[in-house]
Formats: sequence, C-alpha cells, structure tokens
Amino acid sequence: MLWLLFFLITAISAELCQPGGKNAFKVRLSIKTALGDKAYVWDTNEEYLFRAMVAFSMRKVPNREATELSHVLLCNVTQRVSFWFVVTDPTSNHTLPAAEVQSAIRMNRNRINNAFLLNDQTLEFLKIPTTLAPPTDPSVPVWIITFGVVFCIVTIAVILLIVSGVRQRRRKNKGPSEVDDSEDKCENAITIENGIPCDSLDTKGGHINEVFLMEDERLTPL
Amino acid sequence: MASSRGPPTPWAGAGAGDGRPAWGSRLQYLLSCVGFAVGLGNIWRFPYLCQAYGGGAFLLPYAVALALEGIPLFHMELAIGQRLRRGSVGVWTAISPYLGGVGLGCFSVSVLVSLYYNMVLAWVLWYLLNSFQHPLPWSSCPASHNRTGLLAECVGSGPVSFFWFRRTLNISSDMGASGAVQWPLLGCLAASWGVVYLCVSRGIESTGKAIYFTALFPYLVLTVFLVRGLTLPGAADGLAYLFTPDVRVLGSPRVWLDAATQIFFSLSLALGGHIAYASYNPPRNDCEKDAVTIALVNSLTSLYAAVAVFSVLGFKATTDQENCLDRNIILMVNAFELPDQSIPREDYALVLNHLNVTWPERVAQLPLETCLLRDFLHKGASGTGLAFIAFAEALLHMPGAPGWAVLFFGMLFSLGLTSMFGNMESVITPLLDMGVLPRRVPKEALTGLACLTCFLLASCFTLQSGSYWLELFDRYAASINLLVFALLEVLGVAYVYGLDRFCEDVAWMTGRRPGLYWRLSWRLVSPLLLLLVLGASVLLLERFPERRERLYPGWVQAVCVLLSFLPALWVPAVALAQLLRRRTGG
Repeated sequence: MLWLLFFLITAISAELCQPGGKNAFKVRLSIKTALGDKAYVWDTNEEYLFRAMVAFSMRKVPNREATELSHVLLCNVTQRVSFWFVVTDPTSNHTLPAAEVQSAIRMNRNRINNAFLLNDQTLEFLKIPTTLAPPTDPSVPVWIITFGVVFCIVTIAVILLIVSGVRQRRRKNKGPSEVDDSEDKCENAITIENGIPCDSLDTKGGHINEVFLMEDERLTPL
Repeated sequence: MASSRGPPTPWAGAGAGDGRPAWGSRLQYLLSCVGFAVGLGNIWRFPYLCQAYGGGAFLLPYAVALALEGIPLFHMELAIGQRLRRGSVGVWTAISPYLGGVGLGCFSVSVLVSLYYNMVLAWVLWYLLNSFQHPLPWSSCPASHNRTGLLAECVGSGPVSFFWFRRTLNISSDMGASGAVQWPLLGCLAASWGVVYLCVSRGIESTGKAIYFTALFPYLVLTVFLVRGLTLPGAADGLAYLFTPDVRVLGSPRVWLDAATQIFFSLSLALGGHIAYASYNPPRNDCEKDAVTIALVNSLTSLYAAVAVFSVLGFKATTDQENCLDRNIILMVNAFELPDQSIPREDYALVLNHLNVTWPERVAQLPLETCLLRDFLHKGASGTGLAFIAFAEALLHMPGAPGWAVLFFGMLFSLGLTSMFGNMESVITPLLDMGVLPRRVPKEALTGLACLTCFLLASCFTLQSGSYWLELFDRYAASINLLVFALLEVLGVAYVYGLDRFCEDVAWMTGRRPGLYWRLSWRLVSPLLLLLVLGASVLLLERFPERRERLYPGWVQAVCVLLSFLPALWVPAVALAQLLRRRTGG
C-alpha cells in the first residue's frame, strides 16, 4: 500500500516536472569553470541545497510563506550539471506560474549564487535575465583629471617661456648700448682669434677661413 | 671659387657668422632628422606593407628603393640646405627664380600635413589620458539604459571598436553629416598644439633640447615591447607570418611601386623639413655620412618596430583563436550536456568529428565558428585601425594592461611629436626667411601665431565627420604633390643648378667628391624612378592596398582633386610670374 502511494506521488511529480514545461526552468551550473581545483561534486546533497534555496526564495514572497522543500521538484539532471525544476502549489496540484518563481529567484539571486560559490555566469537560470550592477561612474571621469594636469603644466610652461623670452629681449636691448662704449675702447686693441693675434696670422701667410665667405659670391645670377 | 678642399670644420657651436641660429651639437641635428623621418608611419604602415606583400620578400624592393631613390634624394636635400643655408622657399629661389614655386608648394603641403598630423596626435593623447585607469575603458561594453543587458551598438561591434568610433570620434554616418564639435577631442587638440608650441617656440634652440627625450623615448619603449612581445605566447606565429617570404610577390609591379612610395614618404622627403634642419648646420659638415646614417636608422627602426608590433599581434591572434575555440566548446558542451570543461582545446577537432558522425543534425544546428589562426592573423590592420583597435585590444590581454597602454600611447605621442617638429620647422623657417613679419617681432610670436592658426583650422577635424576628412587629407594632400616637388627638385639640382657645380659644393662641404653612384642616381636613376612612381600614383590615386571601396559624393571628389593638385600649381604660377616680370622689366 505504502509503495503504491510512493509510486503515485513520484508519478505525479514526474508529470509536474517536465523539461520544457510551461512553468519549468532550466538551470545550468559550470562548477569546474568557476572553482577549478576546488570544484565540488554535484550530488543529491547539492540538489537538496538547491531545492532549499528555491524554497527559501519562494517563502520570501508574500502569500507563499508556506512553501516547503517537497514542493520544489528537480528532474533531468545531466552530467553537464544542468536540470529542470518546478515549484508546485501545495493546495492544487499545479505548478506555480513562471512569473512568480522568476521574480522570487531574481530577488534572491545573490544569496543563491553565494550558497554555491558561483556567480551569474556560472549558475545560469536560462529564462531569467540577470540584473547588471549599476555602472560605477566616478563623479569626474579619470581622463579629465589627467587632462587637467597636462593642460595646466603646458600653460604654465608656455607662460614661463614667454616671460623668459621677454626678459631676454629686454636684456639684449640694454646690452648693445653698453657694448658700443667698450667697442670704442677696444678699437686699438689687437684682435685675437683662437688665442693667436690676427696680425701675426697675416704675416705668417695663413689660409683664409672660407667659413666666413659670403655665399652670394658663389651664386651667379641667372 | 673654393680652391682648398680642407677637412670639415668641427662643430664649435658657432655658425658661419651670418646670424643664423645653429645647432647646439651634432647629436641634436642627427636626432632631429631621425625624429622627423621616423614617425607614425614606421609603426603602422611598414609592418602592414611587409605582411601584405609577402613578408621577408618585401625587404628586397624596399632595400632597392632605399638605395636608388631614398638615400640619393635625402643626401641631395641635406646638401642643398646646408650649402645654401636657407629654408625650402629661399633655397629654390636661389637656385633659379623660376623654381621658386617648388619652395612655396613644399611650404603649403607642410601646412596641410601639420593640420591633420596633429589631429592624429590629439587622438593618441586622448587614448593616453584614458589609459590611466583600471580596467581600461575599452575593455567592456557599457550597460544599456534599462540595465538589462549591454548596449546593443557595442555588442554588435565589440567594445574596442565601440570606444574608438563612438566614444572617441562619435562618428557620423557619412561625410556630408558634419555633426557637432567633440569637446574632449578639441581639448586634446589644444593640448597637443600647446605642447608643440612649447617645443617649437624658439626654433631649434627649444626643439634641440626637447628632442633628446622625444626622439629616444620611442626606442626605449619599442625595446620594452619587443622583449615583452617575444615572451608572449603566439609571438612566434606572428613573426613567422610577418617574415615568411613569398617570392612570387616580387613579380608584381605593384610591390615595387609601393616600396618606392613607402620609402619616399617614410623619409619625409620634399616637405622642406630636412632642408630647414640642414640649413642650421655649419657649412662644412659631412652631409653624405649624415644622409646615409639617418636613412639607414629610419629603415632599421621600421624593421625593429615591425618585429615588436607583429609579436604582439601574433599574441592577439592566438588569444582570439583560443577564445573562438572556447566559445565553440561551450556551445557543444551545453548542447550535448557533456561535463563542464571536459573538452580541452587540443581535442576540439577530434570531438567535433566524433559528434558530427554520431549526431550530424544537432551539430549542424549549432552556430559554430571556424577558428583558424591564419584568419585572425589576416585581420592585420594599418593606420589608425592598427593603433586604436587591433593593438588596443591586444593590450587588454596583457597583464598590467594600463601600464602597457600608457607606454604604447606615450611612444606614439613622442613619435608624432618629433615629426611635428620637423613639419613646423618646414613651415616656420620659410616664413622667417621670407620676412613675413618685421624683424623686431620675436620669434615666439611668429611661432605662436602659426600654431594658433593651424589649431583653429584643424578644429574642423574634431567634428563628427572629422575622421573622414582626415583620411581624405592623409591620402590626397601629400601624395602627388610631394612626388611632383621631389621630381622638380632633383631635376632642378641636376640640370638647372648643374650637377658638376653641385658636386663641387658637396666636395667642399664633405671633403671628397661624390662618387659614380651618387652622380648616376641624381642625374638618371632617381628622376626616372620618381617619374614612374608619379605616373603610377596619378593613374591609381591610391597609395597602398585598400580594404574597402568607398564612393565619395561629387563635391568631395572635387575636394580630393583640389588637394592633390593645388599646391603643385605654385610651380607654374611662380614661373609665369617670373617670366612676366622679366618681359616687362627688360
């Protein structure tokens, strides 16, 4: 008698949880991708935890606080680690509407992920879209900061350049008036080139330094 | 007039006593010329040409073009500038008043090039500023408005392309739609013109000091990238792809044409920059040795950069292939409910075969991609596509990506900056020689005015359609004009000035008479080569292998034609003016 009841219940559950069913969701886990060497094996205990997490999510929905572990059914577990699950309604013998289950899972997605040490990409609910984290835009974009630094440096350098150029010109303008006086004084001095007095060069029959040739002489006008 | 052919005078720092500014040291002069010649093209055009034209086999036409066209023309420019001690306008007017148009033409082309070249530097600066954050902004797509997924436009094209086309350029759909000014780009353009002005304001006095950093820093970074690149997985594939010679390619004339064109533009000939730089030398300086040294350094830098770039691109292709295989494996594992991570990449082909035999219909339904390394290597790009898309993506995969990005874009910035120095020098030296502004106006003011004018004109490139215009300028403004000017230059020197007189000048400057190789090149080989290249360029009006056909609307084609030929019209215009003056005068 008890065996018959047991078979009946499992038969009903098997009908309720159909892959591709209207209110069924497919779940896919990629444990090895997420954890590498520390990957755990997916066995019935892990399935139990999963059912507990789904029941927990459903219990947080108002009106569904009575959801129990036995109401969450899993089927078609594969080697990939993927399976289908449904949540049944205790009062009637139907599955809960997909929208309810979806919103419950979305609210508690983070808790479910953490229970399995996975994230949104490695624990996939195939029909439930993830909510992306809000973009962390800093109040001032980074590039503006570096740009401001560069621009300030360039502006300061240009100003310094212009100021030093102006000062140099002022000094040069003052300079020639002083040089004129000294030139008068040096009129009778001996011109020295490379440490050798020029006069002696002429007498020694030195070479003319062609560096100082005026270039116009070399070009005959057409 | 010159009887004694004494040895070259040492670089005592003083000029010939004519008040012309002089280089602080010979190293500054060499570095400036090397920096001017070595530009962005060495990084992103030469490697692409190398791999597009049969790898190692391309080096042969390249070396031949260097020997027959590049080095002789370069030597000639340096010799003329050094001998006549004037910028491009003064030099050609001095050789023959009828050739004065050549100098003016060079000057106008230099202005056009400065406009768009600094815009490229602004783009590089923008990327550089954005590299100081982790994760890099082009590593992932932003979320869509309702935050249920990623932005659709970004998912379609990939985050790197999205960042370039949308976040940087905010590109419009075609050339006619100008769109709005992109303020971040305008700011970057202002900053890069500011940096250029800072370094060029006092002429070679200021560039001579800046050049030590800006010319040597790229080599340092290239070495670092070379070492890092060679240790990355997949580098060997990239290098093999680059250098595997395909000797059949040598039969096609297109390869030789492109090699000659590449050498010509790589050395930045006929812009007037080298003439300007050489005009500040002491008159007795061995310009022959300089020319050969600088040209060889330029070509060796191209090769060096090609190795560094392609080892990184090989790494990128390998990573892309691995990701492609991973995506296929996940599809198969999910479809056939196989255990997670049960198919390693090496066994993918075997498993695919097995599954194809057992369940062919199910396998046919899967959207599997073909993941051949060759295909990913073929995606090699050139120009901005290489720097801002391919290489930027490759940087994402390297550990410590922001640091590498800062290094890479910093290197591009200083490479472009040294070329900009040469461009600005070829703009400012003729202005100074022509005496456009009175003598008492300080040089800083003239340079500032020139930079400001160029900045205001170039701000039209910051529009949403700006990059289309830039591509246009890049392809048409310099190509035909410079070839025309170079041809006229070499003919002018060899036949108008007189080759014998020129050889005597060179002998006076260097201390030895130019040999048969030089005389033959100047008189015969280089003009012929230039004529060939010019003819072919006019016929094709495109410089190197195109990827896509883009049909320009009529008015844009008119602009292309104007850009291509207008600067060259200076030559007949000035010659005609001179003729008329002679007629009315005498």
